[in-house]
Amino acid sequence: MSGQWTSPAEIADSFKELGYLADTHITQIVYLADRLEKPILTEGPAGVGKTELAVTLAKATGRRLIRLQCYEGLDEAKALYEWNYHKQLLRLQADEGKAWDDLEGDIFGESFLLTRPLLDAITSQEPVVLLIDEVDRIEIETEALLLEVLDSFQVTIPELGTITASSRPLVVLTSNNTRELSEALKRRCLFLHISYPSVEREREILLARVPELSDSMADRIAKVVRSIRDLKLRKAPSVSESIDWARTLMALGAEDVAAGITDDTLGVLLKYQDDIERVAKELKLAELEAPS
Amino acid sequence: MIRALTAFVEELRAVGVPVSMVEAIDAAQAIEHLDLASRDALKSGLSATLVKQARHLAAFEAAFDVFFGTATPPGEQAAAEFAQQAAAAGGAGGGEGAEELFEAIAAALNAGDEEALRELIRRAVTELSGLQPGRPVGGRYYFYRVMQRLGADRLRLRLLEAVDEDDPLARRIAEEDIAALIEMLETEVRREVVRRLVADRGPEAVARTLRTPLLEDIDLMHATREELANIETAVGPLARKLATRMAQRRRHGRKGRLDVRRTIRRSLQHGGVLLDPSFKPPRKSKPELVLLCDVSGSMATFARFTLQLTFSLAAQFSNVKVFAFVDALDDVTRFFGPGRELGTSLQQLSSEAKIVWQDGHSDYGHALDDFVRDHLSKVTPRSSVLVTGDARSNYREPRVEALAEIAQKARALYWLNPEASRYWNTGDSVMARYAPYCDAVREVRTIRQLERFVEDLILPASPAQRAVALAHG
Repeated sequence: MSGQWTSPAEIADSFKELGYLADTHITQIVYLADRLEKPILTEGPAGVGKTELAVTLAKATGRRLIRLQCYEGLDEAKALYEWNYHKQLLRLQADEGKAWDDLEGDIFGESFLLTRPLLDAITSQEPVVLLIDEVDRIEIETEALLLEVLDSFQVTIPELGTITASSRPLVVLTSNNTRELSEALKRRCLFLHISYPSVEREREILLARVPELSDSMADRIAKVVRSIRDLKLRKAPSVSESIDWARTLMALGAEDVAAGITDDTLGVLLKYQDDIERVAKELKLAELEAPS
Repeated sequence: MIRALTAFVEELRAVGVPVSMVEAIDAAQAIEHLDLASRDALKSGLSATLVKQARHLAAFEAAFDVFFGTATPPGEQAAAEFAQQAAAAGGAGGGEGAEELFEAIAAALNAGDEEALRELIRRAVTELSGLQPGRPVGGRYYFYRVMQRLGADRLRLRLLEAVDEDDPLARRIAEEDIAALIEMLETEVRREVVRRLVADRGPEAVARTLRTPLLEDIDLMHATREELANIETAVGPLARKLATRMAQRRRHGRKGRLDVRRTIRRSLQHGGVLLDPSFKPPRKSKPELVLLCDVSGSMATFARFTLQLTFSLAAQFSNVKVFAFVDALDDVTRFFGPGRELGTSLQQLSSEAKIVWQDGHSDYGHALDDFVRDHLSKVTPRSSVLVTGDARSNYREPRVEALAEIAQKARALYWLNPEASRYWNTGDSVMARYAPYCDAVREVRTIRQLERFVEDLILPASPAQRAVALAHG
């Protein structure tokens, strides 16, 4: 069933139509993932479009997106499946007096199973895109839970046996690299590091997302954002934040970026007060200090 | 292709990038689906299958340029290139040729003419590198030679001159544009040099001369500023791991005590059958960490690293106490903590903290005495103490009994020494005298060693057990 696309360029085109400008590195790896039927593990700073990649992938392929948001303490019952105790109990009470063997086979059937995202992705009849978001948040022991799904696209339920995917899902995992993932997990994935885009690509992204922006203005914004990222702030501006910033500047009718950099609009780009102060100081914005 | 791939994988492993058998097979399968005419496609495919850590990407790229760099020109052309090179090497080099190239490259950079630039770089390497076939000299040498003869610094100044901007923001942006251009030029020259060398000596030999240590293998005592900056980004995840290890972790999966109220409440749904017992979540214990950092001159680079580590730890946990010392010790916890920036913390540390008593040479004995006198109450049976330093006390009294006292009160005491262990106990190093009171003394010269320390870290289960272990150790 593999082979949604015939070339990486085709992926770039269909992504572009959906407003996601992927560079050749990204499309190449998406293409490989499709061909080799392997999950993609994306890593990189927050807000460079890791999650967006999965969303776009789902749209481009017309597949349903199933999302598993990871968090500390996520367990089997939340990620894979859970037996529906209440329903089982009701069933037992309703059937009082029946032979035990019948009942046992009955209450451990699929209709008493609550499917969670992973099982959902495996059992789904139509092909899906499975997004496992922020996988670095779960404990290292819980990672093992993902391995069976990731390498053979199957889930083993002791009472039911092994369920294998009828159509292989496209899997995207994202990580913010707050801790190192296990070797076992990484080995099963194609690794895609997404960093901040180059000035040229960021300009294109800005133009695509904020159409009313002029070429020179987009260029200016992209370059100022590059300057700001070089400052090693507590939280460097992400791509989505620079898009928001561009929109803000447009809404305010700013004609030049320098005029647009004020305490008020910087709040769109930066999320800490000391970062804002630092940027104002470093970029030598004299006019900022004058009024106060 | 498969042969080239195996050689490439060998090279990656030699540098220290872990590539498993399965990953090599994946790479081979990926190649079947790639457009081999495109270098970028090959690069993406190989990086996705072979490299699984962002910090290994730089090493991957360097090796990739050697093994799959620009296609080697056919034999005749290569021979012609070498002939030209030999001729150029015989002559004076530099001189007018270099000057003309300089002007041409400056013009091409200004105009953004990539085609012309590539041609000029080829010429520059031919005329300026002094590269001779068969002579075994490291690849980096030729690169620096080209850049130096070309006058790369002058090039930067030349481009800057052309900038005509008064507005500080516009000027800054122009400067960054130029920096990016120069960087691009450097990459291209490096690639070209590598290509010539590979044509002459084969990829394996060239790769050997170009190896640079991975981030985790860089000696922290002698790291450059740039290397340290890169290391700083790698420290975050490690600090987090260290902190969780330091916390008294309960065995995984163990639940807390039965929550009677909730269990009964839940049973109502099932007609009073206690079907679904509920447990109180186990209380999360918070790690208490006490750090004693030697920040004397001999430790300057390492101290910056430990403070960076401290900084990451303090950002996540409130129970981290930091003490810095040279020959006196001061509580510097106030400079760290959430919402701080490393640069300012370090500044404050050097200007405000009272860490120098007499002459600014390390005196472990006096510093430990200070700690016992003023801060011993901050060590509790739940705290882990981490000492970082080379234990070089300038022949002063080491006061081991002070360390013994700290060790006795703490849950565990570890000593991380950034010096190679073969130098311990030579000269003024008194590591051996302190060692009996430490739960572990580790050589930590690289991130890799620190990682291993964190991996191996098992806190003593109880104070009593620990006393026994120390007595026998």
